[in-house]
Amino acid sequence: MWGDLAIHLWEHVQLAAAALALALAFGLTFGILAAYVAPLRAAILALASIGRTLPSLAVLKLLLPWLGVGVASAVVALAILAIPPILINVDLAIREVPRAAIDAATGMGMDGRQRFARVIVPYALPVGIVGIRTAATEVIASATLATFIGGGGLGDDIVRGLQTDDAGLLVASATVVAGLAIAVDLIFSRIAERLEVLA
Amino acid sequence: MNYLIANPERVLRLAGTHAAMVAAALAVAVAVALPLGILSSRSPRLRPLLLGGLGAIYTIPSLALLALLVQLFGLGLAPVFIALVAYAQFMLVRNIDAGLRGVDPAMRDAAVGMGLSPRMQLLRVELPLALPVIVGGLRIAAIATIAIATLAGYVGGGGLGVLIFNGLALHNTGMIVAGSLGVSLLAVLVDGSLRWCERAVRTRLGG
Repeated sequence: MWGDLAIHLWEHVQLAAAALALALAFGLTFGILAAYVAPLRAAILALASIGRTLPSLAVLKLLLPWLGVGVASAVVALAILAIPPILINVDLAIREVPRAAIDAATGMGMDGRQRFARVIVPYALPVGIVGIRTAATEVIASATLATFIGGGGLGDDIVRGLQTDDAGLLVASATVVAGLAIAVDLIFSRIAERLEVLA
Repeated sequence: MNYLIANPERVLRLAGTHAAMVAAALAVAVAVALPLGILSSRSPRLRPLLLGGLGAIYTIPSLALLALLVQLFGLGLAPVFIALVAYAQFMLVRNIDAGLRGVDPAMRDAAVGMGLSPRMQLLRVELPLALPVIVGGLRIAAIATIAIATLAGYVGGGGLGVLIFNGLALHNTGMIVAGSLGVSLLAVLVDGSLRWCERAVRTRLGG
């Protein structure tokens, strides 16, 4: 039992990490796009806000007819769930960079790219990381549901524990996944505190 | 889609159960969260403990918490109901606390000056002024609760999750899609109407 649990924990971490990486790529791109391209902003944020409202199990299931079962479709579904919190916070973070800091950078002769790398990113990081933290916790929680579409992970053990009425397995797997979620949340909250201090 | 068109009354009935389950859980959750939120807003020492503890519960994946509760309370509605109330606490208490602490001190001074008792200050001045933020918390809690209540279908608690999990067992994609669309639609509708309430409360306060 414990060997399986360790394997599923590793599966769970991989599943969540892959989904978070994919979500970061899209969330950052569209968050930056929303912050910089005013005409697109309303549409992107409206889509993101609907995305935030959709229940995770529903998203996993709705994609099933198109993506089929398995790890790949679980990663895609989890990534879709994680994009909105990242995107919304990236947009907010960039738009809250003080105008004076940007003007000062321009006055120092920085071009657009330098301003972005040296002023906007450092200022925006503390707020941006909050969205990534939310996304990470959500992905770990939702990855438990990936078992219902054949995605593996610790959800497998919970479901097996429920089906075979195995209290030991059930409590052990539920505790491991809860511990994982809380640990990752703590790690991100430490990172956020560090960045806050630096800024 | 076919399932939805062929069985609209079943989908509607399950949506009704789903909504009733969420509404009842939210009512109990608000009754528990109000004293906790007031306590947290008054005691800077208790606040981190309370919000930290509730935050930790909120972080636990719903399927894991539900599985643990099934061990204690058996299958059916009870474990789901307890899970829903527990998850809603973090969002409700956090916003009640933030709303109360955000009340303009001048308003509080004015209430004291008018000779209102501490109870009346809370009921007539502080809670009404904090209402938009509290409704905001209620909205977020409602969305999360609607999503988590889907798992009720897995442990025999009823609601739209029944379609999703039965559909999965029967390999009936139409049922799965009907259940998933139903939950999503319910969440979007509730989000929209509570957003409207939030705005209405804010406008009435003239802010």
